[in-house]
Amino acid sequence: MEFGPYLMLAMLEGAVLAAVLALMASGLSLTFGVMRVVNVAHGEFYMLGAVIAWFVAHLVGGGAALSFVAAAIIAPLAVGVLAAAADITILKRIDYDPERTIVATIGLLYVIQQVTLMTYGPDARPVEPPFNSRIALPWIEWGEGGPSLYFPWGLSTTSYKLFVIGAAAVLILAIRLFMTRSRAGLIMRATQLDSDMATAFGIPVERVYAAVFGLGAALAALAGVLIVPIQQAHYLMGGDALLLSFIVVIIGGLGSMAGTIVAAVLIGMSDGIISVFFSPTLAKIIATLLVALVLVFRPQGLFGTRDR
Amino acid sequence: MLRLEGISAGYGPAIVLRDLSLSAAPGRITCLMGRNGAGKTTTLKAIMGLVRPSAGRIMLGDQVISDLPAHRVAGQGIGYVPQGRGLFSELSVAQNLRIGLMARRGDAAETAAIRAEVLTRFPRLAERLDQRADTLSGGEQQMLSMARALCLRPRLLLLDEPTEGLQPSMIEAIRQVIMSLRDAGAAVLLVEQRIDAVLAIADHVHVIENGRNLEDFDAAALTRAPERLRAHLGV
Ligand SMILES: Nc1ncnc2c1ncn2[C@@H]1O[C@H](COP(=O)(O)OP(=O)(O)O)[C@@H](O)[C@H]1O
Ligand SMILES: [Mg+2]
Repeated sequence: MEFGPYLMLAMLEGAVLAAVLALMASGLSLTFGVMRVVNVAHGEFYMLGAVIAWFVAHLVGGGAALSFVAAAIIAPLAVGVLAAAADITILKRIDYDPERTIVATIGLLYVIQQVTLMTYGPDARPVEPPFNSRIALPWIEWGEGGPSLYFPWGLSTTSYKLFVIGAAAVLILAIRLFMTRSRAGLIMRATQLDSDMATAFGIPVERVYAAVFGLGAALAALAGVLIVPIQQAHYLMGGDALLLSFIVVIIGGLGSMAGTIVAAVLIGMSDGIISVFFSPTLAKIIATLLVALVLVFRPQGLFGTRDR
Repeated sequence: MLRLEGISAGYGPAIVLRDLSLSAAPGRITCLMGRNGAGKTTTLKAIMGLVRPSAGRIMLGDQVISDLPAHRVAGQGIGYVPQGRGLFSELSVAQNLRIGLMARRGDAAETAAIRAEVLTRFPRLAERLDQRADTLSGGEQQMLSMARALCLRPRLLLLDEPTEGLQPSMIEAIRQVIMSLRDAGAAVLLVEQRIDAVLAIADHVHVIENGRNLEDFDAAALTRAPERLRAHLGV
């Protein structure tokens, strides 16, 4: 394949990663933004989303499309409720203290991982995509008679991958609208800006925290449901995803939604391109290096504000 | 209407208020005075439930509000204008007011009526509904903070140095609002440092020092011996 089509292929792979990452990291960023806590168990909520999607596919039956829809509803709901319960029973008791929350969520990470190992097992298992037709992509060739389209061999993607990109974009837009337009979003932002004044105006801050923690986890679970037809479900899959989410959230600026999206696209695309042309390891090295550079030269992140 | 009975409170191990008692009556302006660090702001926070008393109780009418969860206090009809204004900085004027209206929990018609009433009182805010709170001038921010508190139609209004750092015309406007609320029958508890302003509008003054009651003045005592008040505050 020539360079042009090859680059396009790499960018498509990158866009899929960017989409899933943007969704997952939005959840992490939301939780950090409103509650000022770092949720180390975030990767496990993603893993749970994927694993629940597998269980749903095997229990519901009725075809890949139906079980995909069922998983996309059940997994975020179940994981959201689990996370909200963890918030009420654990984080609330330690008063959302930032350091103790890190330790507590590390504990939660291991509990979720081990319970999954005991029930789901150590194997990676595939889930069938709801639809998966191969789509050949055209490329422009500059011939003697001007530009013409042709279909280079190997330049193709699947309808499901395009769906993942589109679905993530729609979901992120929906979160944005929710935060800026809805009553619940307004309450969350008020709590984020000044939790004491929110309390003084009747907002039940602890309930808002439980909802935010649940919502953040649900977004990770949804990302897991979206990825599992592409990447198999495995009880250790949360680790890499958590690392990448942290990278994205730090580069974007802690708590900044817009920064999170931009950074997810940056990291996802560069990861896709570097992985295709060089190696996935190099892609991770460069991403980590980028974080180090951001932390040294712009600790508040690309879109963060310094006073936080 | 409002009664603090032997309140002790603080931040973690640091005790700030010690056996503090005070009250505020409907249709009266009660001023809380004391030097910097005396515990005035902490007193208002204790009333709002933001600081938990370790001893004593706080009554509103015959209800013990110090037992309520903090987010239920505002719903009893208490409007809070905190020191430094406490606006939701990144939210618009309209959104800040919406938070105040939510606390009232009125039906749609009542909410609309209160909103219209508040915006009539503060026309400058009506012109800036979509502007972010942190882009308002200092005076406008104070107006917004008061407007947000009035969205609850409070029977008790707590104001913490509302005129701090404002120009005289704004100070006068705020004084007018406070007096009209008093005339409408609300209880006003005002933290204010400027003695002249206090002498002009207060019906009752509580002076505190180191979180303890130092002396109370009623209106008669204020006119009879304003120099005693000055002496307490070291001016
Ligand atoms: N958040 C806090 N944590 C610890 N100590 C505080 C806090 N806020 C105020 N204080 C202390 O409580 C005392 C009273 O403060 P404050 O109520 O703000 O006084 P005032 O409003 O009368 O100036 C001061 O000594 C102050 O240092
Ligand atoms: Mg003060």
